[in-house]
Amino acid sequence: MKKLALGLAAATAFTLVLSGCGTDDGSGSDDGSDKGSITIGIKYDQPGLGIMQGNAPKGFDVSVAQYVAQQLGYEVGDIQWKESISANRETMLETKEVDLIFATYSITDERKQRVAFAGPYLVAGQDLLVLSDNNDITGPESLDGKKLCSVQGSTPAARIKEQYSAGVDLVEFQTYSECMDALIGGQIDALTTDDSILAGFAAQEAYQGKVKLVGQPFSQEFYGVGLPKDNPKVSCTDVNKALTEMFNSGEWKKALDANLGSYGPNPQYNDPSPKLDACA
Amino acid sequence: MGDFFGQFGELLAKYDVLHAFWVNIELTFWAGLISLILGTLVCLMRISPVSSMRLAATWFVNIFRDTPLTIIMVVLVLGVWTQLKIQFSNDLATNFFWLAVAGLGLYHASFVAEAIRSGVNTVPVGQAEAARAIGLSFLPAARMIILPQAFRGAVAPLGNTLIALIKNTTVAAAAGVATETSSLMKTMIEFNSSMVFAIFGTFAIGFVVIVVPVGLATTALSRKLAVPR
Amino acid sequence: MSAPVHTILFDAPGPKALRRIALFNAAGTVAGLALIGVVAWIFAIRGQFAPGKWLTLVQWDSWAYYFLPGLASTLEAAALAVIGSVVFGLVFGVGRLSQQRWIRWPSSIIVEFFRAVPVLLMMVFVYLYLGYGGFDQITDKGFAAVVVGLVLYNGSVVAELVRSGVHSLPRGQAEAAAATGLTRLQSLIHIEVPQALLAMLPALVAQLVVVLKDSALGYMVGYQELLSGAKRLGTTSGQGNTIQTLLAATILFLAINYGLSRLADYLGRRLRGRGARFTVAEAEELPPSVSTVLELAVTDAAAEPPSTDPAYYTRDPYPEPPESEPRDPVREMWVLPRRETEDDPDV
Repeated sequence: MKKLALGLAAATAFTLVLSGCGTDDGSGSDDGSDKGSITIGIKYDQPGLGIMQGNAPKGFDVSVAQYVAQQLGYEVGDIQWKESISANRETMLETKEVDLIFATYSITDERKQRVAFAGPYLVAGQDLLVLSDNNDITGPESLDGKKLCSVQGSTPAARIKEQYSAGVDLVEFQTYSECMDALIGGQIDALTTDDSILAGFAAQEAYQGKVKLVGQPFSQEFYGVGLPKDNPKVSCTDVNKALTEMFNSGEWKKALDANLGSYGPNPQYNDPSPKLDACA
Repeated sequence: MGDFFGQFGELLAKYDVLHAFWVNIELTFWAGLISLILGTLVCLMRISPVSSMRLAATWFVNIFRDTPLTIIMVVLVLGVWTQLKIQFSNDLATNFFWLAVAGLGLYHASFVAEAIRSGVNTVPVGQAEAARAIGLSFLPAARMIILPQAFRGAVAPLGNTLIALIKNTTVAAAAGVATETSSLMKTMIEFNSSMVFAIFGTFAIGFVVIVVPVGLATTALSRKLAVPR
Repeated sequence: MSAPVHTILFDAPGPKALRRIALFNAAGTVAGLALIGVVAWIFAIRGQFAPGKWLTLVQWDSWAYYFLPGLASTLEAAALAVIGSVVFGLVFGVGRLSQQRWIRWPSSIIVEFFRAVPVLLMMVFVYLYLGYGGFDQITDKGFAAVVVGLVLYNGSVVAELVRSGVHSLPRGQAEAAAATGLTRLQSLIHIEVPQALLAMLPALVAQLVVVLKDSALGYMVGYQELLSGAKRLGTTSGQGNTIQTLLAATILFLAINYGLSRLADYLGRRLRGRGARFTVAEAEELPPSVSTVLELAVTDAAAEPPSTDPAYYTRDPYPEPPESEPRDPVREMWVLPRRETEDDPDV
């Protein structure tokens, strides 16, 4: 009995470790024939940007990733997609679980300590989403006494309270879809996060024509392409070259229009296209 | 080491941990009250002569007992608040507090109903027979004879339900209550990740301090109230 | 539900009472239908019955990529958690029964501690600890957090089951073991715990319901289980139909938990019968002195009127088949009280 219990304990501990890190489906590390495959991390639940519908990835991030991969010499079919949720992005690059990340990944000095960035390929900014017939919310200063929704563990909501409207009534949910339903139902007045994300939701079939962006972005989020700091599979300069090609060929604008509807990113930073940072 | 305690003290001064626990206690109080009343009603319905009431009560217990509390909370937010537009207050924080109370109350009412039903089973047959013999019908018999004794016999399972309720108030976070302990703990760790153990320890010990005396008290009470038969 | 109920809580209804009950039933049905109607009406106004919102539920992709993988993740976490809980429970349950104070006390403290701390708090802690502690090799931190949280809590519940199971054994078992020269630990491992384990089985299956329900807390720490899958489908479908996808997930949860509850009841009944046979059969093979003790207990029990039989009081919604023999305490010693843990309200 004792041995059995011990064995069970060991087996459990072992399975725990195994399944804890066993989600890798063996992709990414074969550098075999010609170019082989490339593993790219995207969001799976961000409409318009990176979304996995069934097993078909869609969105602006996905389009950019596919374009860049093709410029680098990979076929679209050679791309292995992986979900990289916000909290895991640095780790996934450091452990080489993915080669590149296109996942609403803002370039920040803190993140640069751990990973390298190419890009930016889009400069988004925090904005507000309101019902189409709402005209009294014009910007972050006009939120006093209004009900505002965001998601837990995000800085945007706190920023509004601290810097713009101290009298805002704030609720934070687990995901944006609760906020969207509450907005459509008229239970909250506005939803706040990056304008690109808001535009993605606004372009969804269920919400088309019912909501609008206020259009006064009050922050800058430089979406970059995440790469491992050491020995990246593709170099930052090559990615930047591919991005420049995408901007210049008009494909970038096309991808933006196809995925995010009428969304026009802040012209101050995106006109005609984002300005690339130099690779470190 | 002194540095550690200094930082930790600062942390406790910066975040109102006691207030977070107070929110959980308030949630417990109101949800406990609601589930006690509702659970007693459901139990009465379940043992009543009216078949439709028995059916409704059985469904209530089976549905709320077997659904994860997290889902109940999310459904309250998405179904009751955004669709039915049932609003408890115009202030969002107050509204979600009561929404969470409603969810906790409904969920635990099913366990209270089962606890009282088990208490009813401890009442000797003679008591009910005597009640009928003196001409009491169902409700008076239940009110004067059966339930008072059933509650005495149900103290232990009711105590277990209360303890579970205290712990489950942390799930109120799923219904948008941001001031209770699990949310505060998350925030504190996110901004002070080096003290993850100390922060968890603080909250865990807080719950031990609340839960263990409640457990001891209900055990003592159930012994004291148990009818020697 | 119209058949007269066998109960002693109220008299068999006469013609007048039957009419009144019929009236109540009619009123109850109308009230119930009205409530459903009002809710449905409001949902219809809000456009929740738009076909697009419901079609998602019958599309194969929804099941292939959201519900079924979510369900698999839920079951995977639950299965691993149950195995872990049993191991944890055996170790610390036996630890609490030890005669060595330095084993008993730490075991007691650990068990009581993890029983008192909310599961969600443990999951959040493990999740963030793995996130900040440099455990980069563990990619699915949500999964690890869910399993560890569930094992710690349910393991301490199982430890209590082990302890109460051993306590409910006839004292003769431990005495006989001691008489044959076994140490306390040997007696526990070879004689008492195996018997307690068999008796624990229904309670363990019932605990599985608690584990499954608790696994939905994984939603709060980013584990892609059934609830998360349903919510994600509501986002990715583009139809804004989280309510509909949640409904499907709830029904799945209910069906599984209901099935498990029934299984626990069934095992409880089976083992009750089996426990009795086991005792009698064993009694015949046991040395005479022990046999007498058991027989005495049986005769004592038979003399006792079945005054606390629950069936007299309330109609059990899951009636047990009528027992051929009157209940007796010896049998009851082999099984834990029914529904003890099924009524554990933890999430």
